Amino acid sequence: MAEFQSYTLNFGPQHPAAHGVLRLVLDMEGETVRRADPHIGLLHRATEKLAESKPYNQSIGYMDRLDYVSMMCNEHGYVRAIERLLGIEPPLRAQYIRTMMDEVTRILNHLMWLGSHGLDVGAMTAFLYTFREREDLMDVYEAVSGARMHATYYRPGGVHRDLPDRMPKYEPSPYRSDKELREMNRARQGSVLDFLEDFCERFPGCVDEYETLLTENRIWKQRLVDICPVSPERAVQLGFTGPMLRGSGVAWDLRKKQPYAAYDRVDFDVPVGTNGDSYDRYLVRVEEMRQSVRIIKQCIDWLRANPGPVRIDDPKVSPPTREEMKDDMESLIHHFKLFTEGYCTPPGEVYAPVEAPKGEFGTYIISDGANKPYRVKVRPPCYYHLAATDEMIRGYMLADVVTLIGSLDVVFGEVDR
Amino acid sequence: MAEPESLLEQLRGHFGDRLADARIEYGEATVEVRPEELVAVMAELRDARDWRFEQLSDIAGVDFAAYGDDEWITEDATHSGFSRGVINPDFGRLGLTGIYGVQEVHEQTGRRFAAVYHLLSLTHNHRLRVRCFAPDDEMPMLPSLTDLWPSANWPEREAFDLYGIVFEGHPDLRRILTDYGFVGHPFRKDFPLIGNVEPRYDPEKGRVIYGPVEIEPRVLVPRVIREDNRYRGQQRAARTEDRADG
Repeated sequence: MAEFQSYTLNFGPQHPAAHGVLRLVLDMEGETVRRADPHIGLLHRATEKLAESKPYNQSIGYMDRLDYVSMMCNEHGYVRAIERLLGIEPPLRAQYIRTMMDEVTRILNHLMWLGSHGLDVGAMTAFLYTFREREDLMDVYEAVSGARMHATYYRPGGVHRDLPDRMPKYEPSPYRSDKELREMNRARQGSVLDFLEDFCERFPGCVDEYETLLTENRIWKQRLVDICPVSPERAVQLGFTGPMLRGSGVAWDLRKKQPYAAYDRVDFDVPVGTNGDSYDRYLVRVEEMRQSVRIIKQCIDWLRANPGPVRIDDPKVSPPTREEMKDDMESLIHHFKLFTEGYCTPPGEVYAPVEAPKGEFGTYIISDGANKPYRVKVRPPCYYHLAATDEMIRGYMLADVVTLIGSLDVVFGEVDR
Repeated sequence: MAEPESLLEQLRGHFGDRLADARIEYGEATVEVRPEELVAVMAELRDARDWRFEQLSDIAGVDFAAYGDDEWITEDATHSGFSRGVINPDFGRLGLTGIYGVQEVHEQTGRRFAAVYHLLSLTHNHRLRVRCFAPDDEMPMLPSLTDLWPSANWPEREAFDLYGIVFEGHPDLRRILTDYGFVGHPFRKDFPLIGNVEPRYDPEKGRVIYGPVEIEPRVLVPRVIREDNRYRGQQRAARTEDRADG
């Protein structure tokens, strides 16, 4: 009988299950992985260095492009750090809008993850379903910020503008009948909040649909149960955060433990796994989507009842309105200064973490008193999850690599930065 | 979340002189540790019952070579006005003439390269920032913390890659984010933003080769440090907060 020798396998960077540009160098022994060496950085854009060369506000858009499926949460981390430096607090309505949009983002992220994870493991159908709902939330993004993905909606001191009163509608087209058009625009008659409320009504049903497809599916369970478990102690040591940590049974959620925005004013539960395997991480994320719906509903109710400003009334940080600029010299000067030079932050350093859908997204800013940050360091949650790949995958089969990468929920925009 | 003030008080009481600096800024506790004591102090921070920093959240390399430098003289130039913010192609490097003055590289101070560690305690729900300066600017070296926290592995590789800080005792100190065969440490302040080389296709050789960059660098907004009335109130507030804490 021939003797098996170990060999090296190159996984990615063009592999469809590599979620972008991961290159894994695997030492294999037959079908078993003996060592995995992730090569990252193929999407490195030096975001942090670029941020050093720009006034603070101009880098908000770069944050969208880090984890490009949970855009507003990244902005939230960055903007919070600036707010701490400046010592400003956004109005409560802005806090609620941020909370709501963060949860919309969480659902967006988890839908993307669920679809692509299913696709990797061989369940194509879920992908088609999740992208249907994702489209609605993209429309919410577009309605509030004007962009489907890279919103640049959060600003130091609040959000760019208040929620619009009208939801954009589909237009008549020769390719759809009036009846279809009416059906498509049914939920879009009112404001964004009305549209979101309608979404919140039907979305739990959609999650049930995904769960019928997957949760008790025999193949799905065969591929996920007991694959790459992590003990709670090890998960903490490895720097895991977010669903990866909670999947291992550690009830740690920054929204509860170190609340920011309006999270201490809304009611929600933190799902926790028991075994720490890929299946538990799947269950945790699915439950998080349901909890996000709960939070969004509470935010909608509050936002309906409490109109008010959405940006801090401090012209040194937040630009004046067009009308003010037209008849007030002072506002014109403020506007000019803000958009040519920006604002200087007092010297010092801050670290502002937020619970992004993937885990703790932290922004560390050192300021030397200039209008540009001296150093920006982003703490991407996936970086630490991916760093543990080697330890988690040893002794598992090649097919489990795909499951693990899906279960890590990696996005290379933020791993490589 | 636990109060940073009481945490810092405890740390001061326990470590005493072993902390080179300990202060609170913006409600966050920062301590500075000398490199020879880094591992010992960190081990205590991780294991002692009062602190239990089980998780190393992040490591950030920092290059302080240009700290406090601006590209624009804000007060003296008012008579003559300003020219455009675009200057010579070397712009973005240190040690070169800015628009209204010469920028110096603050070298050989022993405080150029630092690693900043962010610790998180899940038990007590508090955070701590530990800073450690590498004494030698030419060859910055710090002890590795991979034995204490396995999560230190990749961020130390990153700090090595981007800043050239060598972590002694790291099991696998390779470049991580930059390209295979990359030369230099791109996040250092004397590394130009546009880079040094760029790949292009050479039709004669029939392959991709590296050549010097041909991008024209532009600075649209110069770096300005202002200490005018606009921010003084906040600075004062931060300072009084400091005094009250410390």
